[in-house]
Amino acid sequence: MSLLDVRQLRKRFGGLVVTRDVSITLGKGDRVALIGPNGAGKTTFVNLVTGHVRPDGGTVLLDGKDVTRASPTARVRAGLVRSFQVTRLFSEMTPEEHIALAMLQRLGRSRRIFADFRSMPDVVDEADRILSLFNLSGIARVPVGAIAYGQQRLLEVALVMALKPKVLLLDEPAAGVPSADIALIERALAQLPADLAVLMIDHDMDFVFRFARKVIVLAAGGVIFDGTPQAVAADARVRQAYLGSYADDRGTA
Amino acid sequence: MQTVLSIAADAVAYGMVLFVISIGLSVTMGLMKVVNLAHGAFAMMGGYIAAFATHQLGVPFGVAIVAAVAGTVLAAIPVERVLYRPIYGAPELTQVLMTIGITFVIIGIANYAMGPSMKTIPLPTILEGPVDIGFRSIAAHKLFAVATGLVVAAAAWLVIERTAFGVKLRASVDNATMAAALGVRTKVVYAVSFAAAVGLAALGGVVGAQLLPIEPYYALRYMVTFLVVVSVGGAGSIPGALLACLLLGAVETTGRYLMPEFGEFFFYLAVIAIVCVFPHGLLGRRG
Amino acid sequence: MTTDATVKARNAASLGRVRRSAAVDATAVVIILAAAALLYVLFPGSLALFTRMVAIMMLALSLDLVTGFAGIATLGHAALFGAGAYAAGILASKFGFTDPFAMLGVGAVAGALAGIVSSVVILRGRGLGQLVLSIAIVQLAHEAANKLSAWTGGSDGLSGIAPAPIFGLYRFDLWGRTAFILAVALLVVVFVLLRVIIRSPFGMLCRGIKQDPVRVRAMGAPVYGTLVKLYAIAGAVAGLGGALSAVATKVVGLDSLSFTLSAEALVMLVLGGVGKLFGALIGTFVFIWFEHLVAAINPFHWLTIVGVMLIVVVLFEPRGLTGAAEALWTRARGGRR
Repeated sequence: MSLLDVRQLRKRFGGLVVTRDVSITLGKGDRVALIGPNGAGKTTFVNLVTGHVRPDGGTVLLDGKDVTRASPTARVRAGLVRSFQVTRLFSEMTPEEHIALAMLQRLGRSRRIFADFRSMPDVVDEADRILSLFNLSGIARVPVGAIAYGQQRLLEVALVMALKPKVLLLDEPAAGVPSADIALIERALAQLPADLAVLMIDHDMDFVFRFARKVIVLAAGGVIFDGTPQAVAADARVRQAYLGSYADDRGTA
Repeated sequence: MQTVLSIAADAVAYGMVLFVISIGLSVTMGLMKVVNLAHGAFAMMGGYIAAFATHQLGVPFGVAIVAAVAGTVLAAIPVERVLYRPIYGAPELTQVLMTIGITFVIIGIANYAMGPSMKTIPLPTILEGPVDIGFRSIAAHKLFAVATGLVVAAAAWLVIERTAFGVKLRASVDNATMAAALGVRTKVVYAVSFAAAVGLAALGGVVGAQLLPIEPYYALRYMVTFLVVVSVGGAGSIPGALLACLLLGAVETTGRYLMPEFGEFFFYLAVIAIVCVFPHGLLGRRG
Repeated sequence: MTTDATVKARNAASLGRVRRSAAVDATAVVIILAAAALLYVLFPGSLALFTRMVAIMMLALSLDLVTGFAGIATLGHAALFGAGAYAAGILASKFGFTDPFAMLGVGAVAGALAGIVSSVVILRGRGLGQLVLSIAIVQLAHEAANKLSAWTGGSDGLSGIAPAPIFGLYRFDLWGRTAFILAVALLVVVFVLLRVIIRSPFGMLCRGIKQDPVRVRAMGAPVYGTLVKLYAIAGAVAGLGGALSAVATKVVGLDSLSFTLSAEALVMLVLGGVGKLFGALIGTFVFIWFEHLVAAINPFHWLTIVGVMLIVVVLFEPRGLTGAAEALWTRARGGRR
């Protein structure tokens, strides 16, 4: 059974259709990339799936349950987690605290008032394991505002992993990372659990093709291609969409 | 009916005084995104200068107004340079603390220089008596306040909508970074707007001195009122500020006439209701 | 490779860190107690002033929770303090329940309720709107208390509060000794509880909300509910402070519910250092002590000094007195971590 099942999702802003009948399914262990030229509607699609924008039509099923009307936080708790294109971390807190907080939230302990995660062996152990998996143990107790940007990107992935999602939306995980550090991000992504369903949104083709086993191309709000990375470059409509977009880059938001 | 008309006349006069003082605050808050609690202190400064000029120097009312505006602007320029520039773009808490600090210092200086008692600004004879406006007679100085408010509103509209400076101002309010990239010297726009805002505050302080009496705690007493006007109207919106002033003037004056024992209870109830329903103000822009 | 031995060592190290935090708390408590004992011995005639300080410290601590840890700027925090003060005072003077702990308990509950109501209103706004809502709340409460003079005594203040002896044994004496000891005991309990709460998962969530609410939501955690809960806790602390002042001074005035007190609490907190509980204590102590000395000479001089102090803090030392002390300490130790 599919973990994420998006059916016929539709959204218009005023007279502008930004998402037209988009359907996508992700199963266990899937590595899917969603690409498309600027203005193709990728961001809106992510916002529709995460619940930040209400769709005009269509459904979003998460692990068989209809979450189309659920709030963003309810979807996260149901296992649909996203990462951010621009790093969003708590600059005064340490990586250890980030991971611990994510775990406490997942374990339903984040409301506790008289407790300390450092006296919870399960949390300490797992936080330590995740941090060492991403080579962040050395800076586990340094405020995030003081660590390098590449390491912050790694922590972003580590944080998401600590939430143990069923479906993960990665929004340009390598954005802003110096090319020398991209290998680090790729190695981090390789550490994601094998049965997790991942949808990566990006436009760096090389990066996407090394990661994804399936590619979906969005243009002008609709899906124009759904197939293997090998076939995408040869597809006439994809070429048209990308090359055409240079001629008319005023596209839809 | 007579009561309703009396209340309406007083409400309009009070609202217009609020408008003259607050309009500059609204524009600068919309522009520089600074929560400025010291605005009332500049209005007070204008009132003091006018009181000093009329009593000690014996100049006529009109000259005193000009002196008040000019003096306050001159005093405010270095304050903007030294104390406001560091807090542009700072967190709200920082801005609140800095501008409360400035207010306290100005209150202390006012008391030191002018003493703790209330100061009057003698009106010229034409503004002293009552004027018959058909259904009742109204104090001439209130009519003068209304007229000043209308002139200020019209002038502000003209400057913002019809001049090159207005274009730069609107561009900077919309998106300061973009305006700067397009060659608008935002620092100059900020400084000029700040000076104009302070000048208007001083004008309002003098014109409204009969309704909001000049004394050292003036800056603290009406600090909240001016902030409320801006947040109810929506920062940066002239029609919003006008609407908010008339509305809040009406609520305040009606409350004072009909239920004086409730003090400002209904005023603040209205504020909570309006801001809860319109978090960006009645005519404010979102975000 | 993780073996059982390394896991055990890790957990032991982690528990060691928990113990170190507890040791820091204990040290802070010892400092508070030592300072209190010193004041008790050196200034036996000023115990009423110190008790008032402790009551206001609770207000500053409460404000630190909301402003320092969760990042909500408010100029209406005295509403929670006043709610506690009036609740305790009315309980004693109108209903005749004069047990001091009953008064304190009712004050804390009233403060918590006031905190919940305030937060529901204040969280509707953003930026300037939020600030104005917070002011409107305290002004509204002030006017309401003034109008309901049958219950509150209006502008004359609420009197006729005569707290019974503590445990039926210790009377509130003329010199304020009992009240001072009660105040210090309450302060220590509140301080330790707040230290624990700040380190707790809930406290981490609040700090996270201050730094990036979007990320907190993306972790599936509620922002709004967390802040309302924090306001309830902060309200209980401020309300307890208010009740303490009612118990100790035996009167409640409208000034306990004023914009002025709200603004002063913010100044005290900033002076001591925002986001540090000890800062709230130091700032309150220094502020009220100086106020006591200077305001007696001329209240306007005091206002000028506070104004200059605020400007100096914003321009030169945004971390306040405790921040400055910390920086000096770090430099003295040769900049080692």
